[in-house]
Amino acid sequence: MESIIKTEKLSFVYDSREEGIPGRVIIDGLDLEIAKGSFVALLGRNGSGKSTLVKHFNAVHLPSGGCCYVSGMDTADDGLLYEIRRRVGMVFQNPDNQIVASVVDEDVAFAPENLGLEREEIVKRVDDALAAVGMTAFKNHAPHLLSGGQKQRIAIAGVIAMRPECIVLDEPTAMLDPSGRREVMETVKRLREEYDLTVVMITHHMSEAAQADRVIVLDKGSIYLDGTPSEVFSDPERLSQIGLTVPNATLLLYNLRKLGADVPLDAFGDERCANAIYDWLNEK
Amino acid sequence: MLKDITLGQFFPGQSAVHRVDPRFKIVYTLWFIVMVFTASTPCGYALVFLFLLYTVLISKISVKLILKSLKPILIFMIFTAVLNLLYARGETVLWSWKFITITQEGLLRALYMVLRIMFLVAGTSMLTYTTSPTMLTDGVERLFKPLAKLRFPVHELAMMMTIALRFIPILIEETDKIMSAQRARGADFESGNLLRRAKALVPLLVPLFVSAFRRADELALAMECRCYRGGEGRTKYRAMKAGGVDLAAGLVMLAIQVGIILLGRFGI
Repeated sequence: MESIIKTEKLSFVYDSREEGIPGRVIIDGLDLEIAKGSFVALLGRNGSGKSTLVKHFNAVHLPSGGCCYVSGMDTADDGLLYEIRRRVGMVFQNPDNQIVASVVDEDVAFAPENLGLEREEIVKRVDDALAAVGMTAFKNHAPHLLSGGQKQRIAIAGVIAMRPECIVLDEPTAMLDPSGRREVMETVKRLREEYDLTVVMITHHMSEAAQADRVIVLDKGSIYLDGTPSEVFSDPERLSQIGLTVPNATLLLYNLRKLGADVPLDAFGDERCANAIYDWLNEK
Repeated sequence: MLKDITLGQFFPGQSAVHRVDPRFKIVYTLWFIVMVFTASTPCGYALVFLFLLYTVLISKISVKLILKSLKPILIFMIFTAVLNLLYARGETVLWSWKFITITQEGLLRALYMVLRIMFLVAGTSMLTYTTSPTMLTDGVERLFKPLAKLRFPVHELAMMMTIALRFIPILIEETDKIMSAQRARGADFESGNLLRRAKALVPLLVPLFVSAFRRADELALAMECRCYRGGEGRTKYRAMKAGGVDLAAGLVMLAIQVGIILLGRFGI
């Protein structure tokens, strides 16, 4: 397994302002390795350190202790800063606050311009990135007239134009309506296949986490659970101890099992869950 | 109410005026301002007027719109006219009553002053009417690039303009939202005297500022994540190339300018 992101005993402490009082520990000696090409969902309640952790992946935060490596490059190395940021693109929650220009294509061109690429290459990347998120038709539009899902896709295109190896999404769907959420999830999954991307996604939506191939649950700055979605969601009680729930479909199956039904737990998504129950009823 | 505000109104089009390179268009606009001030004879003013009319006509911007742009300065024009009318010294007295004397020279000067202001406003609005805001900022940045050598923050200013333009609609929408929210809690923005109304704006401005700062913080982070590191080593997506239109526009302006100067010499 080739890893793209690796942390060793990573810790991050917010220094307290007063002397003698210890700082607040956000991340506490975390060891983590993320495989190239994987789709990792990061769960945890507010204040569990998710956002702080991912900000280490592109050197926005530097470790207070331990190390963080991106493709073997130490994020603490100043000279590698832009190389690391190019490789690990980051998309945030509010699409309005990450779009810089007043025309869609100019915004997508922002990162390639910063990288100092030739004009022809920038034009090519802008066209490619817009096509990749399915927004070519909106090339000359003003971002503030687009829907939330469309804006978020533009923000993703702006990151894709850097040709990153990994994209980190910090609750990209938190401000979107259900259809916008679906749009973004589908775009992310398609991009992952087309560009061979590693995806790290922070989310509060369990149904989105179920679509990943690895789920990491953080609590109090360390890893609480780590495994495939079926492993992590197999124990709803353990998750509810730290205030999280499992996807609705899983909860239904779990409760049915408690009542003695022979249904699998890892049927994620409404349709698969319905089929699992149907099969069980047929067998009976 | 706030939705009606359009800053730097731009009317897209494909006319020759639209296609002039923004850098040249800015320079030509400045030149036009100079041109207005060099005109001193009736024929000179007529020439400036014809040039302006020609530009408006080929740009397919409606004349009505240009007249509308003059409306906000109507009071200013009247004020200027009256002042010039009353204070200009002249020989030929047309009308006199107590301390008020109106001379022919004064009348002519008032007319010229008003024409000058009209030409200036109409001419400079043509710049924003036919150039997209982004092209305009880009033009300004490239035009002032030489100043960067004197440590003048050209790129930074252009970036600030770009971001300001981007966030105007967002902040307007937000103001609307905050106003509704405060109204729902009984705030009154419309009644009372000026002082009272100004005071009523405080609960509007405070949340607006807080939110603007939060947005700025997030935007800065997003920009950093997209490898932004100032203007150095940055390339440009939009190409700007001077072409035939720019040359043609320049030649027309040169001809008009020469005409104005000659007419001024002969005093017609």
